[in-house]
Amino acid sequence: MSVDQKMDCGRRNLLLATSAVGGVAAVATAVPFVASLTPSERAKAAGAPVEADIGKLAPGEMMTVEWRGKPVWILRRTDEMLASLDKTDAVVSDPLSDKSIQPDYAKNKHRSIKPEYLVTVGICTHLGCSPSERLKPGAESGLGADWAGGFLCPCHGSLFDLAGRVYSSMPAPTNLDVPPHQYLADTTLLIGEDGKA
Amino acid sequence: MKMRVINLIKRAAAVLLFAPSLALAAGAVLHLDRAPVSKDPAALQHGAKLFVNYCLNCHSASFMRYNMLQNIGLSDELIRDNLMFTGERVGDQMKVAMRPGDAKVWFGTAVPDLTLIARQRNSAYGSGADWLYTYLRQFYRDESRPTGWNNVVFENVGMPHVLWELQGDQVATVSENADGSKSVSLSLAKPGTMSAAEYDQAVADLVSFLVWMGEPVAEKRKTIGMFVLLFLAAFFVLTYALKKNYWRDIH
Amino acid sequence: MTTKSQALLNWIDERFPLTSTWKAHLSEYYAPKNFNFWYFFGSLALLVLVIQIVTGIFLVMHYKPDGTLNASGIPVAFASVEYIMREVPGGWLIRYLHSTGASAFFVVVYLHMFRGLLYGSYRKPRELIWIFGTLIFLALMAEAFMGYLLPWGQMSYWGAQVIINLFSAIPLIGEDLSLVIRGDYVISDATLNRFFAFHVIAVPLVLIGLVAAHIIALHEVGSNNPDGVEIKKKKDANGIPLDGIPFHPYYTVKDIVGVVVFLFFFSVVVFFAPEGGGYFLEYNNFIPADPLKTPPHIAPVWYFTPYYSILRAVTFPLFGLDAKFWGVVAMGASVVIIAFLPWLDRSPVKSIRYKGPIFKSALVIFVISFVILGYLGVKPPEYAFFDVIPGAPIAQICSVLYFAFFLLMPWYSKIDKCKPEPERVTSK
Repeated sequence: MSVDQKMDCGRRNLLLATSAVGGVAAVATAVPFVASLTPSERAKAAGAPVEADIGKLAPGEMMTVEWRGKPVWILRRTDEMLASLDKTDAVVSDPLSDKSIQPDYAKNKHRSIKPEYLVTVGICTHLGCSPSERLKPGAESGLGADWAGGFLCPCHGSLFDLAGRVYSSMPAPTNLDVPPHQYLADTTLLIGEDGKA
Repeated sequence: MKMRVINLIKRAAAVLLFAPSLALAAGAVLHLDRAPVSKDPAALQHGAKLFVNYCLNCHSASFMRYNMLQNIGLSDELIRDNLMFTGERVGDQMKVAMRPGDAKVWFGTAVPDLTLIARQRNSAYGSGADWLYTYLRQFYRDESRPTGWNNVVFENVGMPHVLWELQGDQVATVSENADGSKSVSLSLAKPGTMSAAEYDQAVADLVSFLVWMGEPVAEKRKTIGMFVLLFLAAFFVLTYALKKNYWRDIH
Repeated sequence: MTTKSQALLNWIDERFPLTSTWKAHLSEYYAPKNFNFWYFFGSLALLVLVIQIVTGIFLVMHYKPDGTLNASGIPVAFASVEYIMREVPGGWLIRYLHSTGASAFFVVVYLHMFRGLLYGSYRKPRELIWIFGTLIFLALMAEAFMGYLLPWGQMSYWGAQVIINLFSAIPLIGEDLSLVIRGDYVISDATLNRFFAFHVIAVPLVLIGLVAAHIIALHEVGSNNPDGVEIKKKKDANGIPLDGIPFHPYYTVKDIVGVVVFLFFFSVVVFFAPEGGGYFLEYNNFIPADPLKTPPHIAPVWYFTPYYSILRAVTFPLFGLDAKFWGVVAMGASVVIIAFLPWLDRSPVKSIRYKGPIFKSALVIFVISFVILGYLGVKPPEYAFFDVIPGAPIAQICSVLYFAFFLLMPWYSKIDKCKPEPERVTSK
């Protein structure tokens, strides 16, 4: 004679109810533990927007600022650099940035608010390495004579042009991310927050 | 006689039930005024303002970030415009420019971080809030001290009376009791910019802020606690019924 | 059960004793049917162990065992605890669960041990269960002591300072021994780091092993009960004890009720009084450790105070060795002596229900002495009851009574007038 056979209807209902409420208790208990695994308040505060003074940036130069622990590149492009984007249109995999991450105001050919300044997160969209600069065009870059200038990811060889657009048939799936940003003044950038908020 | 017995029992009960263990070493008994601690956001905001203006110059609150003040109803803009010095970010901790070592040279003692002061100052004589409320109202003029100030609650304190402009100058009259102990009474020699009642209220707000800062999560904790207890009470009914049901089998 | 899940179970059972283990320890482990209130605390101790391990794992993810000062002049370890309290989502709750759990562990274990005293659970054939239990108690004390250093507050620091200095009382090797424990000439970062290693790895491993041994030994001989009679002596035709009922489901559903009630009281402390009136989290421990300034009065956490009182009660040198040494001996002996109970009790019956007036009085005196010792342990040495009755001599009397309970037991338990034990367990 097993317990199952003796189990009457009332007992079964009680057992189900207790299990259900016990399950709720277990889930509720898990909440603070799972929450403790998420970024702390301090980490969130450290993710606050950063200001960058771009007044001293000469044409063709690049500077890096840290935002949320990640490198954010600010590249002041020359006219030749901007012209090179026409050349690379044909060889990049997502020329219109349809599949890539950027604010709407940077979803254009030069991927920026002002054509002159490119603001992009310097993290390869493949597996998270930081690409290195290969800004100069031509053979001197080591990437062949028809290299138009851009970036090379050292980990798996993904190539990006001077708007952070990834070349076709590369490991990286999308273009470099453009973070939310805005101009507080002509030469002051705020990275991490756009004017909409 | 009966009253005495009852008092004895009361005392014994108080002692057995969580009487604070920090009986001070033999010495004067502290008489602390009960602090009217408020949880009202307006009072806490006023306290925060006093804290930033009068305390934060020397004392840090290094476990606090400015934007935690959102929890007492302040917006980032208000915090940035009213409570911070230029060059700081709202995500920064409430630190002081002074290096920890320098304070020791200047004041003869390390200047304590105030984040947890209300929790540290609990004692057998009263809560941490009571101590702070009494302490901040009982500074008096004492020319023998390097700062020119002394305190009834904290004898020979290293800190000068930073709120003196508000409270004014108090002087102490020491009288000897019949049993040889001394009692100090304070009187206002020169009024400050606030009346006595206004000053008490300002200190109460400041102390309320210090209490809040000691454990910002305290109110939330109690709210969650109520839900947990209600849930467990209901769960008890269920599990007890289940136990009763099973144990019908046992004779 | 569907044939598919039965097939899976068979597959496992051929490779791992799942069903047989379930049966041996739960569904066909026969426990006496007359367990009362006191029998909740074994399963509750297991629950608290789980709470401590789980919350401990999550605390280790954020805590930093570092005694050096950060930029604000606060020790990193102390600051990391406040970081958990303020910055980690849900961190305050996990920390309060852990700090309250430490005290709850001792509440539950003390009551569990008292149950053993009441019903003679240490008597033959359960001597090994009792010895494992004493070892668990010792490991728990070590675990609690080392854990208390980690918040790196004033009480953490000076409590550890005093207790580690106790070891220096041991002749010849004492000074070197305390040096090896500290790893420095004072309590320092080195001490903090090794205590952290012991608290989170070494002692918990030992503790879990001992708990397993404790339960395996229990399930080998079977549980005692409030009547102290062996249910295995009277079995039915199938070899099942007449007074036994399967642990599962009967005691699982009963213990769940106990768990809910326990959690209710536990939550009251966690959510409404996590400082426990200064007993669970001492006020001075909100001040960062300062090696240059001792707080005016330091007391160990409440669960150590009975033994601390015994330590302080020894104030006289003996055989050319100083009082400090004998104090340490007395304190050590007061814990170790518990392990010898199975051989000290010579009463013909196990349970207090059938023991005579002498044993009952002895137990009452013992409990009162233990409580008074605990109370005096949180007070400064010069404390006097109601400002008139000095505490120090009372602590000495209580210490003597504490030891007398054990040392005189072979004698008084034998001459005591016991009532006859029943044949079968009784129900209320």
